[in-house]
Amino acid sequence: MLSVQNVHAYYGKSHILHGVSIEVAPGEVVGLLGRNGVGKSTTLKTIMGLVRPSEGTIAFEGRDIDGMPPHRVARLGIGYVPEDRRIFRLLTVIENLRTGLDRQGVTDRRREELLEKVYQRFPVLRERRDQAGGTLSGGEQQMLAIARAIMLEPKIILLDEPTEGLMPRMVAQIREIIGVLHKERVAILLVEQNVPLTLEVSSRIYIMEKGVVRHHAPAAELRANNAVIHQYLGI
Amino acid sequence: MTVPFDLLLVQMVNGIVSGMILALVASGLTLIFGIMDVVNFAHGELFMLGAYVGTTTLVVTGSFWLALLVASVTIALLGAVLQITALRPLLGRDPLTTILATFGISLVLQNYALWQYGPVARKIQEPFTGQFQLFHVEYPWYRIVIAVLSAVIIGGLWLFMKYGKYGIWIRATTQDRIMASAMGIPVPLVHTGVFAIGAAMAAASGVLFGPLVGVNHAMGLDFILKAFIVVVVGGMGNLGGSILASIFISLLEAFASIWMSPAQAVIVSFVVLILTLLFRPTGLFVPTPK
Amino acid sequence: MTARPPATGYWIGFFVVLGLLIVAPLVLPAFWRRFATEILIWGLLAMSSDILIGYTGMVSFGHSAFFGLGMYGAAAALLTVRPPSLWLALLYGLVGAGVVAVFVAYFATRLRDIYFSITTLVFSQIFYVIIFTWTEVTGGENGLTFSQPPLSIPGVWSGRFTADTLHWFVLAIVTASYLTLRRITQSPFGMVLQSIRENEPRTRAIGYHVERYKIVAVMLSGLFAGLSGVLYAIQNKFAAPDFVFFLISGEVVVFNVMGGMGTLVGPVAGAALFFLLREGFSRFLTEYYLIPVGVIFTLMVIFMPQGVLGLLRRPLNR
Repeated sequence: MLSVQNVHAYYGKSHILHGVSIEVAPGEVVGLLGRNGVGKSTTLKTIMGLVRPSEGTIAFEGRDIDGMPPHRVARLGIGYVPEDRRIFRLLTVIENLRTGLDRQGVTDRRREELLEKVYQRFPVLRERRDQAGGTLSGGEQQMLAIARAIMLEPKIILLDEPTEGLMPRMVAQIREIIGVLHKERVAILLVEQNVPLTLEVSSRIYIMEKGVVRHHAPAAELRANNAVIHQYLGI
Repeated sequence: MTVPFDLLLVQMVNGIVSGMILALVASGLTLIFGIMDVVNFAHGELFMLGAYVGTTTLVVTGSFWLALLVASVTIALLGAVLQITALRPLLGRDPLTTILATFGISLVLQNYALWQYGPVARKIQEPFTGQFQLFHVEYPWYRIVIAVLSAVIIGGLWLFMKYGKYGIWIRATTQDRIMASAMGIPVPLVHTGVFAIGAAMAAASGVLFGPLVGVNHAMGLDFILKAFIVVVVGGMGNLGGSILASIFISLLEAFASIWMSPAQAVIVSFVVLILTLLFRPTGLFVPTPK
Repeated sequence: MTARPPATGYWIGFFVVLGLLIVAPLVLPAFWRRFATEILIWGLLAMSSDILIGYTGMVSFGHSAFFGLGMYGAAAALLTVRPPSLWLALLYGLVGAGVVAVFVAYFATRLRDIYFSITTLVFSQIFYVIIFTWTEVTGGENGLTFSQPPLSIPGVWSGRFTADTLHWFVLAIVTASYLTLRRITQSPFGMVLQSIRENEPRTRAIGYHVERYKIVAVMLSGLFAGLSGVLYAIQNKFAAPDFVFFLISGEVVVFNVMGGMGTLVGPVAGAALFFLLREGFSRFLTEYYLIPVGVIFTLMVIFMPQGVLGLLRRPLNR
């Protein structure tokens, strides 16, 4: 469904991605591991259209999306939850959700349904619906960021380090959410530093180093033998 | 030196009236800056062209209100075209480039107006004459109407921004253009839309202000300078701040012109700007950031 | 790039242009002779502005204030002191511009980017309003007229200016200014200025007192701008508030952008280009020449921001 082929990308003059290739099938949960600075976030940003690839192709459901502006990529069905959450701090919770909810082709009834679904999964958001995003705690903001992406009814969600800085209880909640999304056949491309979590939820895992994918294996394999993990991540 | 109460009163009302018109112009300017980091030097010319379109429409149709509408829509379109052709390509570049580009546009528009309409000032007839008793003084109705209309338009803008899907789009894009885009909001379109709205507001001010002064090609220059001052004093990108600053500065100027000539009274706004930049550079009415 | 900079090429070009300018008054008809002199004066103004815009990265819309104060300073000298002295005019003008420069310098250190630009704009308007309304001293709307001082080198020679000698005098001053500014911009000081333009926080982090450099840059810029104002006053024998209006500052920025920022000669070329375009368009469009010129300027900002000579920025700065 999502096919990234040999993508190169720059941040200014720095050559960050040196030919990254990744595949995600419909409904799959794929993990992307690697040390800090190897280009995991940049990969997600490039898929999303926030960074332009200088070389290579990105295809989604058969369509070339490299070079497409982010708002069109989002509308095709790719959701993005960035590393620092980046919720709209001055908008209320409901307004944050509405940025994804107010779309063409969504009936009012469907909107109510989606909203209700999200409130059930994240009850704290219902409580705080009229509060400004900036007043939420870190964990709550993460919930909001994920909920916001879900509002787009995406076919795949790009999750960038969702558990960073969260308490174990919240990490468990994230694990749960990933499970629920997977059950609803929403694919997930998960970038994480939390290796055990990634091993647990993913079906396949890519490991990156210095802007390329160095290793690619089914998660089961890596769970059984974590020598490779030690090698690339040093843990 | 005692100043007659009547004079003070009249000047106060005058100050509020000019303040509201200035607020209308400045709101568009600060909105545009807040969302796309563009200091629109050509804003005064949009104001001026609005006034001219207003005069022509008035001559053709005889209706002041139609003139107001036509001017706003025409200049909104002009604004959209300008943004798409000249400002979109500059997105992401050094903000100083946009000042230069909009400055170039203002030169073109000013001289275009001079060419099309000639150097002689035109007059817009007030939609109604007549005065009322303000305490002991006769005060023209029309001026009050301007202030009220400006307030209504600004109020409408505020409502639009607060509720409504597009209001959320605009606010989201202003706060975080990148995430707004990642949420499917068509950011380039929002930018054009906001520029058009700003232009429409400037044009409306031009038509409203027209009957108070003559309409000529240079009328934008004084206004743009004051509008810049107001936007800085109010806090760049801060809508409420620019409205307060507009009224504040206009009131000060109105009172100052009791003692000085209007040409000299403008120094007041300069002084306020300088003091603001020295002591509260983020804006006079903005709480200093922690 | 490891090749040696084309120093000889540069100097050849320099002397060719200089030669042409020296010969100009002898071969050109009167109108164009004056034209050439005026271009030099505006060129000097644009050059001074380049120090701020092109080298330090501070866009100033206030150069009309420096220019104007130079002009009115010279006027003051020529009207109040008998017999009118060229050197006194220069002195008064430079002092006038210098005082304004001090004010602007103070704000330059406290404001960044857009706020600085708007403040400089406001400054030129403040002076405009003062000059426009203080009719008793400045002649208000009508400005001041005075006679041209003689060219006198004390103890050696004294005589009236002719159009030719005035041109050479202006040329001499502008050339000397150019060489001085060039020396300064090539010096370590100039390098720091450029580093401020490229990345101010980093320059500060390295340890440079960015504020001090900015102050000196503003003073330099202001003084040379004032100098051009004095020259203009001497050439035209009047001082008028129109020249202090902020649109003049805007035109100076136009010269800078069109000619090429950060090259010193670029702005002079930009001034020449602007005036030539004006002449050309005026034939067809009388006063509305600013419409096509404005369009060209805007297009250049978008598509050719480095200006006409911008491509030569590297070689010109050797």
